[in-house]
Amino acid sequence: MSSIQVPTMAQMAANGQTPDVLFWVGCAGSFDQRAQKITKAFVKILHHFGISYAVLGGEEMCTGDPARRAGNEMVFQMMAQQNIATLNGYGVKKIVTACPHCFNTLKNEYPDLGGVYEVLHHTQFLQQMIDTGRIQLREGGVFKGKKITFHDPCYLARANGEYQAPRALLERLDAELIEMENSRQRGMCCGAGGAQIFKESEKGDMEVHHKRADEALGTGAHIIAASCPFCTLMITDGIKHREKEAQVKVMDVAELIAQAEDL
Amino acid sequence: MHLVSQLLFALFFSAGVYLFSKRVRAIRRNVLLGKDDGARTDRPMRRFKQMALFALGQKKLFKRPVPALLHLLIYVGFILINIELIEIVADGLLGKHRVLAPLLGPAYAYFIGFFEILALGVILSCVSFLWRRNVVKVNRFHKREMKGWPSLDANLILVIEIALVGSFLLMNAADLQLQSAGKEGYVPTGPFVVSSLVSPLFSGVSDSTLVAIERGLWWFHILGILFFLNYVTYSKHLHIMMAFPNTFYGDLDTAAGKMKNMPEVQAEVALMMDPEGAFSANAAPPPERFGAQDVGDLSWKNILDAYSCTECGRCTAVCPANKTGKLLSPRKIMMDTRDRAEVLGRAHDRHGPGHHDGKHLLGNYISQEELLACTTCNACVEECPVNINPLDIILQMRRHLVMDQAQAPAEWNSMFSNVENNMAPWAFPASDRFAWANNIPTANQNKNA
Repeated sequence: MSSIQVPTMAQMAANGQTPDVLFWVGCAGSFDQRAQKITKAFVKILHHFGISYAVLGGEEMCTGDPARRAGNEMVFQMMAQQNIATLNGYGVKKIVTACPHCFNTLKNEYPDLGGVYEVLHHTQFLQQMIDTGRIQLREGGVFKGKKITFHDPCYLARANGEYQAPRALLERLDAELIEMENSRQRGMCCGAGGAQIFKESEKGDMEVHHKRADEALGTGAHIIAASCPFCTLMITDGIKHREKEAQVKVMDVAELIAQAEDL
Repeated sequence: MHLVSQLLFALFFSAGVYLFSKRVRAIRRNVLLGKDDGARTDRPMRRFKQMALFALGQKKLFKRPVPALLHLLIYVGFILINIELIEIVADGLLGKHRVLAPLLGPAYAYFIGFFEILALGVILSCVSFLWRRNVVKVNRFHKREMKGWPSLDANLILVIEIALVGSFLLMNAADLQLQSAGKEGYVPTGPFVVSSLVSPLFSGVSDSTLVAIERGLWWFHILGILFFLNYVTYSKHLHIMMAFPNTFYGDLDTAAGKMKNMPEVQAEVALMMDPEGAFSANAAPPPERFGAQDVGDLSWKNILDAYSCTECGRCTAVCPANKTGKLLSPRKIMMDTRDRAEVLGRAHDRHGPGHHDGKHLLGNYISQEELLACTTCNACVEECPVNINPLDIILQMRRHLVMDQAQAPAEWNSMFSNVENNMAPWAFPASDRFAWANNIPTANQNKNA
């Protein structure tokens, strides 16, 4: 069984090559076991369709998003300035990432510090690839007739106005897409953002991610589609809280596509 | 007698307008307690368009059609009925009665009738709103921060509005009775569409009593309007004016997810990371404080936001922290900011600039617990009908809490040191960052076999 060799920017540069796009993996996608599956699924898609890409590998650092949102601008600036030095050193023009938090920071906050790139969320990137005929997905398949509900990640949706790309991808799976009552502009947060995932929540009646998982379960969907590693983690935990993990799966859009393509 | 009432009218009218303009200047001064945030007057056509859509057009309100329609009735009624003020002021100053009636001829009754229909709409909407607040008890009107004055304020506004347009209708009804009785000074105008239905209430009442009722209501109506004009400036109802500048000066084209950069920290870190620069003597002095501790550390736009808030609570109703029972309420952030700006403004008036009461927005008004509960999801920002941004204030105060007061929760401090040392928020060794790429199998081998 052969394995995919994930190219790094360092290797490419050593060979005098430049990839079309840098895949920014992010900390969750690099270290968290659940989120690593999303990273691998996306890499399989890139590999399968012969897209020219590379990752920073060990040279990538946290974008600084959780530190900045927790109020620690010093740590944010330390990360951001080092990342920008790395990215600019390689002459990176285009970045794709499966993490909406990295996406938002790279796209909206790095330009102020001299890091100006075209930044796409992986759902936007895949949608572009499909629209330009660069990749073609199979018709129908394993998800035909399945009920899927999509949870909007705050940092892709409200923060950056992207509601359509993940839905357009899901529609290609031939599944039945059901919207939650709170979706799109009114989609409820999974509870992870603003560095919440790194601390206990404040006193209240219930956990945010439990409430959101309940909303998703309320649709009767078989699959809760996410497009953020943190949302995937939080909602999975909420499903477990209701002991529904056997019946309902939480999956990233990239994982669903990889599965539909039998990758 | 006429002269006395003319003088009285002129006195009340100019006092009302004078006090109002004084309040407007004080509010402007309070807004400018905030820090420079640019003039926000670039691309004026885009700004006027934004104002037209969100303030004039109430675009976001229509996400909830029922309150939006009721709100529209009050709004249209309020603006158009006030055209009638032109005549009232002219009558009051000139000592005339219905000065426009002879000028407009038969059209006059139609104008007044049109205003009366609007007045009926206002009463209908205000009663529905009182019903929603006090009988249906819509959840967002009964959160913790609405106890006491905010709820009383909301009810008072509705009652005053009913009284103001109600007095207009009753005044006209009494007038119609006096007209049909041929009382001197009451020029025949033809019936007005709504008050002619009410006017039989006054049949059999003596002319002198009717005159007293009509004059009493006339004075009640105009003095009420002058009172309300001033009341509004102390009330959450100020949004009827502030919605316009607030949407005009609002952000254009900025992604909601973008946090404002801190150039002073950027420069410090750049210097720190430059091996030569680190020892340079040219390091800029550190800022007075990081982030926002009090209203004066916020931007003027943040304070303008606070004065534009009408406490509708749409932000709080969608806040994930609030929905799950946490203390944080974006509406309270805005109410506290406005209350604090008012306190600082009054202290400025009494003791001159520079006076400090030893209190701060952070700590005395807004607690650490509230600030820490925010997931920065932008739901509150998205929801606000007049484009208020509570998140911006929350994040500036978190910056103060964490950088200036070193009050981050222990878990956040661990996260910070992980990011700094392992380049990730978790305690994984940085050398494992690329370990995920070991052994990713290529497309299903069974399929290819």
